Amino acid sequence: MIDLRKPMEDLSLPIREAAFPAPFPGGLEYAAPARGPWNIVHIGMLIPESHQIFVCAQGCLRGVVLTAAEMGAEDRFSTIDVRENNVLDGDMEDLIIDGVTDILAKLPYRPRALLIFTSCIHHFIGCDLPFVYEKLRERFPDIDFTDCYMNPIMRKTKVTPDAKMRQQLYSLLHPREMRADCVTIIGNNEATQKDSELMTMLAAGGYTVREITGCHTYDEYQALAESQTCLSYNPAAVLAGQTLEERLSQKHLHLPLSYEPEEIRENLQRLAAELSLPLPDFAALEREAEAALARAGEAAGDMPVAIDYTATSRPLGLAKLLIQHGFRVERVYVDAMTPGDRPAFDWLKENAGGLRLYPTVHAGMGMLPHAAEEEFLAIGQKAAYFTGTRHFVNLLEGGGHYGFAGIRALAEEIAAAAREEKDTEGIISVKGWGCCG
Amino acid sequence: MKQTASVLMTYAADVSGVCSALYELGGMTIMHDASGCNSTYNTHDEPRWYHTPSMVYISALSELEAVLGDDGKLIRDIEDAARELHPRFIAIAGTPIPMMMGTDFSGIARLIERETGIPTFGFATNGMHDYGVGAGMALEAVAGRFCDPSVQPESGLSVNLLGVTPLDFSVTGNVEALRNVFESAGIPVKSCWAMGSSFDELMCAGKARVNVAVSACGLPLAKRLKKIYGTPYVAGLPIGKSGAAALIAAIEKADASGEDQFPMRAVSGAKDGKIVIAGEAVQAGSLRYALDRELGLSDIRVVCPMEAEEELFLPGDQRMGEEDDVFAVFREAETVVGDPLFGRAIRGGAARLIRLPHEGFSGRIYRKEIPVLMGDQGTKWIQKEFNR
Repeated sequence: MIDLRKPMEDLSLPIREAAFPAPFPGGLEYAAPARGPWNIVHIGMLIPESHQIFVCAQGCLRGVVLTAAEMGAEDRFSTIDVRENNVLDGDMEDLIIDGVTDILAKLPYRPRALLIFTSCIHHFIGCDLPFVYEKLRERFPDIDFTDCYMNPIMRKTKVTPDAKMRQQLYSLLHPREMRADCVTIIGNNEATQKDSELMTMLAAGGYTVREITGCHTYDEYQALAESQTCLSYNPAAVLAGQTLEERLSQKHLHLPLSYEPEEIRENLQRLAAELSLPLPDFAALEREAEAALARAGEAAGDMPVAIDYTATSRPLGLAKLLIQHGFRVERVYVDAMTPGDRPAFDWLKENAGGLRLYPTVHAGMGMLPHAAEEEFLAIGQKAAYFTGTRHFVNLLEGGGHYGFAGIRALAEEIAAAAREEKDTEGIISVKGWGCCG
Repeated sequence: MKQTASVLMTYAADVSGVCSALYELGGMTIMHDASGCNSTYNTHDEPRWYHTPSMVYISALSELEAVLGDDGKLIRDIEDAARELHPRFIAIAGTPIPMMMGTDFSGIARLIERETGIPTFGFATNGMHDYGVGAGMALEAVAGRFCDPSVQPESGLSVNLLGVTPLDFSVTGNVEALRNVFESAGIPVKSCWAMGSSFDELMCAGKARVNVAVSACGLPLAKRLKKIYGTPYVAGLPIGKSGAAALIAAIEKADASGEDQFPMRAVSGAKDGKIVIAGEAVQAGSLRYALDRELGLSDIRVVCPMEAEEELFLPGDQRMGEEDDVFAVFREAETVVGDPLFGRAIRGGAARLIRLPHEGFSGRIYRKEIPVLMGDQGTKWIQKEFNR
């Protein structure tokens, strides 16, 4: 019999006691009302002149339908409702083919590309998706089709939905003649910081740099295929880069986002070697970043700092950087750590063992008071919500920052967050922050 | 073609209805799902999520558990969470994959209850029906399990309000206004299922002399309470002065006669449907009543794309969820009253849209526009919108 008098235990643990990569046991999951991270609808909408069709049960459609409506993209979005009879009758292939045909007949415009999202149900009933796409391509030769997936049931066993979506985002690129002087940066929802070393080095080498975030037409999107090199720094884009390398013969360079000076230098040296670029004055760039961190440290003073995993793919790397520069980093909200954060995890265990890791999805997190005794400086929306602070950096997936210039820019945002309050609830309630430009 | 929507046609699902109905009751509700249902629910279907904690979770069902039919992890995880969180009860609600797996929700509930001693419900929702279905089954089950059958009606007319969730009433003042209509008429509200009443208040629902089903999801509960206590029920909302007066008269009649009442049916049905009210059945029917009585408007057709009991409709009304059918009705109309998302369905046509946002349809998008329709405020809204 359960003891109903037992108090809820503290859900966090010091990093010195944490296991890598999953410090917390699995269980029922809570979802914090921090809605800024993009979902598959937001990401898919990056393809200009495309239309999305979701084929799912009503309950699964609701979230994506309203995602599209909230971002004002309802004209680019349609649905096919899967019901019990479709599961029982085995007519799913016909449902998709006829449904897509019906929707295309009703649309007031002709999309250049169609992203069809099937769901967990199709996976389990063995829906013949290759047949479906073959028929659709025959029927609508003027439209590019790609298979996208909303099958969260696979999120812990195979490719994550995030990585899969980014892979499919570039799957519509047609092979074309390549240009050696073009580089495509893939996998980001936010444009890369213009003054980052990545961009300035490429510009100095005479390269034209393209990102999907800058595409306004389908033809501009297709031009992403003419680069001889594609770069990624978001770990979720590695699969996409590997696929482009295989399919289009683009050279894929993964230069992961990092807060470690040595790794930043290595990444930039690799970039320079691969593309015959002149190296910048790393020492000067690093000094600027250090100076910005010092200014941010002064602004933050003794404020405790909390970081969450939605802010950056390397929350522990960022924690290490800030601790090394005198910040009082007390909390990192992370349910599972990425391989790229392993070195920082080891360093923190050794040098800042009291840093506390918090889960975000543990069932108890919804019942804890969302306020801290002290006013926190949060980096990331979930950290802001859980600490109840109004001082936060609204950072998602690294925010397009990269290299020493990225650290400098982030430090400036930290300083601003320490000085100024934000409307936390108003900001983090917006789904897909920044997806509407 | 059936089942396609080239514009937006998706109501909150049954699983969200379960969560919404049980939100304030101190239980722990688990959506048996991989992921997605939780963020959909707490982003679009649950306006209380940011500020009012409630134990609503997903089971994080994985591919392996689904393939192997492994219910053990679900059961262990629920029991572990219950040990930490001390819920009053546990409710498990299904989604599409558990339906395909043939998950035995009743069996799992019995097992968990036996092992924990905590009352547990299993709801075989599947995410393929609308929220009213889920909310209705949840409210009915809770009443059937917890309401003390020995409670007796108190003297003096009083009511319970049945079927109140943010999906139909949002959090913009309609719940408070609804209560106020009755209390200002000298009719105490014993309980409101399930917003703003304590669990103990709800469990004493037998004290009220009449139940008022204020949405379609309140009807299964009204019928259950009738079985437990013999309490008669009235279906309707006090929209506008006329609706309030009619509802109160029907409540008095139900109390006196012991017979159920459907006062909002006392209007003529649609012939051509020049005015269409699209939305939840009780609200749409009650608004039709008020338009009939207060503006003398007739030929009003209710279009309800949700599942609801036959007795809430009149001849000529359309119960449908298919986009093509809804579009066809809208094309014939001069005025459509409904959620702003329906605007795309009448674009290019002759009909005028009177915006009446519905949280169960458009979520939070138009929440600030949701008018208070109860009593006098409803009359003012009607005059403003229909006399333009």
